[in-house]
Amino acid sequence: MSMFRIFEIAGSGMAAQSVRLNVTASNLANADMVAGSPGEVYRKRQPVFATYMDPMRPDPATAGVRVTNISTSSAQPQKNYEPGHPSANAEGYVYRANVDSVEEMVNMMSAARSYQNNIEILNTTKELMLRTLNMGR
Amino acid sequence: MAFSLDEAFGMHPQAVAVRSKRMQIIASNLANADTPGYQARDIDFRELLRNEQNSRIVRTHARHLGGNAINNTTGSELKYRVPLQPAQDGNTVEPQFEQAIFADNAIRFQASLMFLDGRIRSLSDAITGGLR
Repeated sequence: MSMFRIFEIAGSGMAAQSVRLNVTASNLANADMVAGSPGEVYRKRQPVFATYMDPMRPDPATAGVRVTNISTSSAQPQKNYEPGHPSANAEGYVYRANVDSVEEMVNMMSAARSYQNNIEILNTTKELMLRTLNMGR
Repeated sequence: MAFSLDEAFGMHPQAVAVRSKRMQIIASNLANADTPGYQARDIDFRELLRNEQNSRIVRTHARHLGGNAINNTTGSELKYRVPLQPAQDGNTVEPQFEQAIFADNAIRFQASLMFLDGRIRSLSDAITGGLR
């Protein structure tokens, strides 16, 4: 029965959204990181989603999702003049992580909602399959 | 008396098959709700059900296999949904809309199951004379 494929699809959605939550968590955890050089400081990460179809049976009706890459932001970290800072370099500059916490919170909420949507699909499908199994009893 | 299980169940087995296919498509849409460039798909239930029923009827020889339109989708019956508010990344999935359709589809699936269940019960009552 093709309904088993729904579990794979919703499962792939949940897996991808949990990667997104994970990345958001690392961004938020490192939001206040300060370093003495732009190379050392934390840069914002972002997962890249792509539609995934079973290569053996490519069916546009059964399209899961998967994370193909975690991209690292190339935006320049914020440079501040703070000569008293313990991490300051010889010229007195510190570099702050280019993470926008508001943006990350929004990302987190969106990921959580999408995860819930996939759970909803799983539950409904499970219910319907159980009903189908009990048909005629 | 000639008796055919196909006729006893009417269109409901095909309806359940098309409904489960549609659930799969909507699950794909929701899983890809955040994938850039993904375009939401759907099927025309009425059209697919008609194809499914016709594919059983149009057999010119008794030994021809009955076509099963549901299990070998070519993708041609899949249509693109027209989004109300397209996203900037080219994604056309609207989760609220998809969820509403999913719920609607699930209810109709259950209705078809109930009809089938009733038919099976009446057949089994007829066989056993109401004794179980």
